[in-house]
Amino acid sequence: MPLLSFENISIGYDNHPIVENLSFDIEKGDYLTILGENGAGKSTLLKTMLGLIKPLSGKIVFDKKVKRTDIGYLPQQTVVQRDFPASVWEIVISGCLGKSGFRPFYTKEEKALAEANIKKLGLEELKNRCYRELSGGQQQRVLLARALCSSDKILVLDEPVTGLDPKVTIQLYDIIDSLNKEGITIIMISHDLHALKHANRVLHLGHEIFFGKKEDYLKSQSYQAFMDKGGEQ
Amino acid sequence: MAEFFQMIASYFEFRFVQYAFIVGILIALCSSLLGVTLVLKRFSFIGDGLSHMAFGAMAVAAVVGLTNNMIISMPVTIGAAILLLRSSQNSRIKGDAAVAMLSVGALAMGYLLMNLFPTSSNVSADVCTTLFGSVSILTLSTVEVWLCIGLSIATVIIFVLFYNKIFAVTFDENFARATGVKATLYNLLIAIITAVIIVLAMNLVGSLLISALIIFPALSAMRVFKSFKSVTISSAIISVFAAASGLLLSIVRGTPVGPTIVAVDIVVFFAFLLVGFIISRARKA
Repeated sequence: MPLLSFENISIGYDNHPIVENLSFDIEKGDYLTILGENGAGKSTLLKTMLGLIKPLSGKIVFDKKVKRTDIGYLPQQTVVQRDFPASVWEIVISGCLGKSGFRPFYTKEEKALAEANIKKLGLEELKNRCYRELSGGQQQRVLLARALCSSDKILVLDEPVTGLDPKVTIQLYDIIDSLNKEGITIIMISHDLHALKHANRVLHLGHEIFFGKKEDYLKSQSYQAFMDKGGEQ
Repeated sequence: MAEFFQMIASYFEFRFVQYAFIVGILIALCSSLLGVTLVLKRFSFIGDGLSHMAFGAMAVAAVVGLTNNMIISMPVTIGAAILLLRSSQNSRIKGDAAVAMLSVGALAMGYLLMNLFPTSSNVSADVCTTLFGSVSILTLSTVEVWLCIGLSIATVIIFVLFYNKIFAVTFDENFARATGVKATLYNLLIAIITAVIIVLAMNLVGSLLISALIIFPALSAMRVFKSFKSVTISSAIISVFAAASGLLLSIVRGTPVGPTIVAVDIVVFFAFLLVGFIISRARKA
């Protein structure tokens, strides 16, 4: 059984569908890149997957072993965060909150988990630094560590490399790839074709919807059209 | 100097001065706690709107002839807080317009009611007291004092228990929601605590100056401190310091309580602004 099954799903806002009757499956260990131009419904699809908005019709079926809250999420940065006084530690450990219910304080296990994820992403020296003073790449690593605290099964990333310089972009993609190799299922939105490098599956949203293996996508019409429009290299 | 302290000590023999200090410090503590969240969530204006609602409710209470006007103003303000929070989350209705409409409307109706059904011969003085809180802190009854103490302690306990969750929904509501934190519930909690604090703080600084009490300590702390915890703790300390010294100054110099406290808050803000500036320059150098 697939990890996540999208069954005839239509998404959009206020009964205005952006994408209609979309069906696809995500298997455990997949690395899915979702491509498409602005307004093609990438973010809306992501938010629907995360349960932040309801699908207009159809449903998302989860494997019995995963819950919706088993999805770790790397959102796009918000305006609020730019001048938010918070330390790296405070942000990373807040990823544990989703599972804590009404328990007010963090447990030893949660602290250890946050500590481990900080180490995994090479943030030890930044642990007590202020988030807003970090570079863009460092901030993304902090948010990635937080996402890993909330789940080690599925990771959803919303344009994780926006605003990063090429070198940092490649570093971040390599980190995401190594997480995938550890067995975490990756679902990533991008309008950057570099994002295809490590992917094994592609969902292309737009006039023509493509879903399938990366090799097939690279031969498809959607890919050609995307390239012709100069999809950002 | 000794004379000065003696004078202060003599003031503290009065029960009303003791009450004013206890209540003032507790209210200052509570109001500073949520300041960081309200500033960062861009909810500062909701505090302002709620205080006007509370004014309207107080006017109604005065006209009806209730001795303890919190019975009306508390539920009305909590209701308005929930309503405003809902409307600000709903992108189809402009949140700021809703706040402006409710608050100005309540202010106008409150003043109108107080004029139509005057409860004392000097309506202007009554209104002035409610708006700027000049004497109400010094005329608290024992019941009101205990009510203030009880609600303040409850607010602090709830804040401490939900501190981590409040941090999460302030920093990144969508992430919190997506990973299973009951963000709607905690937003509601923030709205209710804000409303309670505002009704309490009306006693201290009056309804027009409440926003200052909520926002200034947080803004000051944010100039210098870098983590959520240090900002929260330091804004609580700043707020208590400003309230205590403001109260003291106003008693000694005979100035109105609310504006004096806010004046101290402003001075502290500029001091922290300067310190923050020096620190960032020193780091760059």
